[in-house]
This record gives sequence, C-alpha cells and structure tokens, in this order.
Amino acid sequence: MKSAKSSLAEVTTKAPTGISGFDAITGGGLPRGRTTLLAGGPGTGKTVFALQFVAYGARECKEPGIFVAFEETAENIIRNAKGFGWKLSELSKTKLFFLDAQPLTDLILSGDFDISALMAGLDAKIKEIGARRIVFDALDVILTLLPDAMAQRREIYRLHHWLLERNLSAIITLKSRGDAASSIQMEPYNFMQFMVDCSVILNQTVVQGDVSKRSLRVQKFRGSGFDENEAPFIIGDNGVAVANGTSRIKRTVKLTNERVSTGLDHLDTMLGGGYFRGASVLITGYSGTAKTTLSGLFAEAACRNHEKVLFVCFDTISDEVVRNLASVNIRLDRYLKNGLLYLTSARSISGGAETYLVRIKAMVEEHNAKYVIIDPVSAWSKTGHDLTIKLIMDRLIEWTKSSGITLLCTSLFDEMSDQTNGASPLQISTMVDTWINLTYLVQNGERNRGLGIIKSRGMAHSNQLRELILSDAGVLLAETYSEGGDVMMGTRRWEKEHAVQLEKKAFDTNLERSRAKLESEESELLLRLKMLQDAVIAKQVEKAILLRSTEELKQDSLRTHAKVKNLRNTVTEMPKRKGRRS
Amino acid sequence: MKRRMKYSFRLFIAGDAPNSVQAFANLTEICKANLSDQCDIEVVDVFKEPERALAESIFMTPTLIKITPEPIQRIVGTLSLTSAALQSLGLEIIAA
Repeated sequence: MKSAKSSLAEVTTKAPTGISGFDAITGGGLPRGRTTLLAGGPGTGKTVFALQFVAYGARECKEPGIFVAFEETAENIIRNAKGFGWKLSELSKTKLFFLDAQPLTDLILSGDFDISALMAGLDAKIKEIGARRIVFDALDVILTLLPDAMAQRREIYRLHHWLLERNLSAIITLKSRGDAASSIQMEPYNFMQFMVDCSVILNQTVVQGDVSKRSLRVQKFRGSGFDENEAPFIIGDNGVAVANGTSRIKRTVKLTNERVSTGLDHLDTMLGGGYFRGASVLITGYSGTAKTTLSGLFAEAACRNHEKVLFVCFDTISDEVVRNLASVNIRLDRYLKNGLLYLTSARSISGGAETYLVRIKAMVEEHNAKYVIIDPVSAWSKTGHDLTIKLIMDRLIEWTKSSGITLLCTSLFDEMSDQTNGASPLQISTMVDTWINLTYLVQNGERNRGLGIIKSRGMAHSNQLRELILSDAGVLLAETYSEGGDVMMGTRRWEKEHAVQLEKKAFDTNLERSRAKLESEESELLLRLKMLQDAVIAKQVEKAILLRSTEELKQDSLRTHAKVKNLRNTVTEMPKRKGRRS
Repeated sequence: MKRRMKYSFRLFIAGDAPNSVQAFANLTEICKANLSDQCDIEVVDVFKEPERALAESIFMTPTLIKITPEPIQRIVGTLSLTSAALQSLGLEIIAA
C-alpha cells in the first residue's frame, strides 16, 4: 500500500486539485508532498479552494485527506459546501476526515506553548486512514495565540518540517488583511512565503462600483513553470473555476442528432432542419436587427412543442418584450399563462456575472426548462472583467451542453467593434455551435435586415445571406441570390435547385436503365455459357460411350478370334512365338 | 489555610519538550504552595496517547485541564505567569 503510493509520487510530482483551470495554470496541480500557502482576505474563497483540493484527492485520486478547521466548524464547512455537488457526506471518514481545531473561546493562555499535541493527534489519524493530503484552514487563528513572532516562526517551521517528513501534499490557508499583496509582506506571512514550495494569492476586488470580481495568482512554484498572470475565477456550483481556455464537458445527457425548430421555417431549411438539441446558439447584430425577435420566435416554437423555456432579458422589462413581440405576431402571453414560458428580467438580478450564472442555473432547475434564452449576453460585459464574462459563458455553455439544454444567446455588436470580422464583444463566438449574424443591408435607398449563418457545427448550412422581413403578419425570411455582384431577391435559386434536382433524377434514371440493360446482357451470356457447358458435358458423355463401345468391340473381336481359332484347333501362332524366343 | 476542596488536574504534555517540562514544574509548585499538595495530577503525553489528545480536542501543549472543582477549565502554556495562572484557577484568594 505504502510502496504503491510512493511510486506514484515519483511518477507525478503534482497533485491535481480538480479545480477547473487551475491545474492548467500550474501544469498539473499543487506540488506533491510539499506545502502550498494559500493567502487571501476574508471571503476570497480560501476554504472552498482548500476543501476542493482534499475532496478531489479523496474522491478521484485515491488520496485520503484531512481537513483541519481552525476557524469555522467542520459542520459549517460541510454544510456550506453542500451546494457544490462534491457529495462530501458520501465520503466516509476514512477518506476525508474533518478535525475541529477551533480554540475554545474560554481558553486561558499562560506562557509559551506549541502545537505538538495537534501534530501527535494528526499523526495517529494519518496512519489510520493513510492520508496523503492535508489542509490547515486559517492557521493564523492559532498563530495569533502565540506570544511573539519568534514563537510563531518556530511553530510554522515545526509544522512545515512535520509536513515534509510525512510527504503530505498540504495547503495552509492564511487570512491576509486588506489587499493581499501588501499584507503578505508582514509577519508571519513573509516568513511562510519563503519557506513553502508554492504560494497562491486569492483576491476579491470590486469593479465599477458594485460588481465583485475574484482573481487568483500563483506567486511562486518551486521547480515548476506556471502562469504568473492574475487569473479571474468564480465560485460556481462545482466550486472554484479558474478562467482558462480549456474546459472539459462531462456529458450527462446523450448527444443527439435531434433538431429543434428555430421558429422560422426558412431558417430551419438553411440549417438543414433547425438547431441541434443541446446546442448553443449565438445571434449577433447591431441594435434593432431583430435579435430579440428571433429569440421570441425560438421561444414560441419550443412552447408550441410543449417544452419549457427560460427567457432572460437584460435590456427590457419582461412585459415590454411580450408586447413588442406581439407586434410581429409572436404570441407569448398564452405560454406565459400556461407556464411553459418563464420570462424574467435580469434587472431583478443584481451583482456580478457570477451571480447571474448561479441565478440562471437556479431558475432553470426550478422551472425545469429545456431551453434557455439570454437576450443579450453582452449586457454582462458591463458587469465585470471581460475574461470573467468569457469564463461565465464558458461555464454556461458547458453546463447547458452537459444537461442537454438548448441555449440561445444574443449579443449586441459594439459600435466600436470591427464589423468585418464580426468580433463578438465577449469573444464567445468560438465557443458556440451555431452563430447567426444579423446585419443591415442598404440597397436602393432601403435599409433591410439581413440574416447570415456564419457557422454551424456539424450540419450542412446555407452560406447565403437572406433578407429578414418583419411585419404584423409575422416574420419572414426571404430568399435572396446574387447576380452580377448584387444581392437580389427572387425565385431563381429555387428554380436552379429544382433544375439540379430534375437533372439528378434524369441521371439517376439513366444510370438505372443502363444497369438493368447490362444485367440482362450478363444473364443472357451466363445462360449461353451454361448451355455450352451442358453441350460439352453431353459431348464428353458421348465420347466416353463411344470409347467404351469401341473397346468392347475390340474385346469381342478378340474373343471371337480366339474362339474361332479354338474351334479350328489350329496352332498357327506357336512357331512364330518359338521363333521369337530362339 | 487548609482547603478541604480536592483539586484534580490533567496535564497534556509533549514528551520532554522544554515548555512541557516547565509546565509540570510550575504546576507542582502551585500545588505545593497554594494547595498544600491536596491535588491529583494526571499527566498525559500526547506522543504516547495521541488518541486522547484528539478525543479531548487538545491541540496545544502544554494544556492543563482543571477537572475539579467545577467549572472545568483549560489553561494553555507553561503556567509561568503565576499570578495570572492562579487567578484563572480561582486560587488568588489562597495566594493572598
């Protein structure tokens, strides 16, 4: 048991944290068998990070862990982590052991002391469960009880030495006051900073007045390369998630080829049947290019199929959306009444983008929606760091995909962004499966709405730009085709398509005919071959009979000859034979 | 001067660590000086009985638990700040 573990330690020198993004930054996780210092102000997510590390080790890496809680009670920590889906309660105490080490409130101090008792107790526990990972959460609580800086240093040193001797992958969390960068210069943090092999600083700042933004930075990592930049992170429903390009999608719902209607027949045709169920769709466009209208159509189509939809609108108040959509004959009120559609204005949600994500997830679960429409997601860019938004979108897409929810987002093009490359302000276009862009086409003094499919993964799709016509009768996607450089409307494309189809049909018929002809020729030849073969056999039989009768005749004549000779009693042959012998 | 009250203590120590040794010395001194040796002292070495330390949530050594008389009290440290230690044990009257 022990040898197997140490050989594992030799193979890999990092202990994966299971924190999405963080393992990528550090190239595999925290240093195995070494100590990591995790510093940050209150509420920066130190406990969640550390708990995730031991929980992941216990669940996924067969590395039992111990969580020493100096500040919060273990009961509180477990309760707070309930929302993360780590199923801590399922982990037995032999895999993850929580030790309540909060100093008693009525504790009386008298003179110098050390934490030998803690280490002795832990030693027993480590042996019992074979722990490989350990967390000392809020070590500062116990350090501040020590009489002076010397004693603090001594205990830190003792603890570090103890951890190294036991080859434990450890996290020590420390509270820092104010901004982490300056407070880690103070005792005892600076001392620890030098001592440990890895140091991570967590930050929480408020941007634009009221929006909180979390970030972390790996400050040091002995013997390993790491991304030195500050990386935004969120605390989502799986715990800490660090912004990083890569994300793993754990699919809980089977991938299907099922299509869902876009709400526009012609758009369905252009996409070869509609969006894929569970896909993520992005509709971009300038203000007034009918992004919300397309969202409304999609919602209406889904509701018509008795499926539940969550529609989150950012820019307008929800009843305005219903009224405005009714003007183009999209009637959502009946679905609002029968509960298929859940319309909410994001104005009711305040806080960071992280909050939106959590709230949207909660609403989807509450409503059991199979479709989520967010109009527009670009509103999120007002609520935090660009990278954070990208991360949130990433999480949203990952989550909707894994749960088989079809996601439709609209995004407003910034006036400043480049029209030609169609860069979405959130740069989420690379993440989505289908990207539809809405533009204005100015032609003959008219400003018409155009719709084009920029990309659609895994399906054939039209590359044509089409005209979107909104009227009180509804929404229509007109056919267009280009001739002589002009985009024109007409039925020629349909005619052409029809002609091609006819041609193909004729060709197919021809092919079939030739094949039939060849086949009949072939069978005729085969028949002739068979007849000839039969004739050959007949001839062979005839020949055999002939040979046999010839032989019989010959024998017969010999016998006759002998008989005749006998009858005649002649010995005419004898002298001849004698002569031959002499 | 004699107290009828029986004192019983449990002292958690970490082997022969200097502060543990000092705590034991200070405790015996307190007993001799203030309690006329009318006290039981149980010494628990956390290295020998780590389970007891865990069970009683003893994380710091030396830790003294005053079991009787009530209330149960814990004092962490060498007990070298004698007057403060005495006060917290409710012995200041005797000392005076």
